[in-house]
Amino acid sequence: MTHAENLPAWASLLTAFLVLLGSGLTLLGAIGTLRFRRFFERVHAPTLGTSWGTGAIALASIVCFSALGSRPVVHELLIGVFMIVTTPVTLMLLARAALYRDRTEGNREAPPRSLLRRTHGG
Amino acid sequence: MNRLLPYPLLTAALLLMWLLLTSFSTGQFLVGTAVAIGASRAMAALHPSKPRLRRWQLLPKLLGIVTLDILRSNIAVASIIIRGDRRDRVAGFVAIPLDLRDKTALAVLACIVTSTPGTAWVEYAPESGVLLLHVLDLADEAEWIAVIKNRYEALLMDIFE
Repeated sequence: MTHAENLPAWASLLTAFLVLLGSGLTLLGAIGTLRFRRFFERVHAPTLGTSWGTGAIALASIVCFSALGSRPVVHELLIGVFMIVTTPVTLMLLARAALYRDRTEGNREAPPRSLLRRTHGG
Repeated sequence: MNRLLPYPLLTAALLLMWLLLTSFSTGQFLVGTAVAIGASRAMAALHPSKPRLRRWQLLPKLLGIVTLDILRSNIAVASIIIRGDRRDRVAGFVAIPLDLRDKTALAVLACIVTSTPGTAWVEYAPESGVLLLHVLDLADEAEWIAVIKNRYEALLMDIFE
């Protein structure tokens, strides 16, 4: 960032807060991935990085470059949109593969197929 | 169905994306319009089912609820990770009987559930409409079913069905 000295104080504070928040959440997600013991618990941890981790860093970028330039910079929003639209694809593929593996191996913790039958009129 | 603009919303979204990625100028507007129209006509050749938005006015409300919920569950999952793996936390599967059938609405629900830390979409049975979720902090199964059904499904059904 070569023009950082031109950034007003409120914008630099806000940017710093958002960047720290985003990277902190992403780091926690990475730690969680290591800490959790089972696949289906692990799958939750990286979502911190793909939701508000990405969101806060993108917001920080919007704040920083909008304050530096004259016009609002909003194309970072696209990163968020694509993140939200694409993560389910990977996650579902992984989850289904894990489920298939667990059921094939006869793992007792795997949810039985009968759960998918409708038990009441709902 | 209009021949030139089979998917007006898609065309508008593509044009907006083009302008965001380049710059807001007349030249880019013209190029972007050409690309958007070309792409949406190519899309028409694939004959996808056309999603219908019945009450798009509710979309900002959905966006607001989801943004806040994601923020809240970010905090919840972050604190679970910080506190470490404790015995009193139970993770597990919940089967949720859905009445939602619209494919686009289900896709949106999948995005919401996946983007929310602490819940993961595992399996969906189209014939019974039952969705299997994995929840990281499963304190009360009935509460999770109520959250998904009342908070998201009802709103999604208003928007799409």
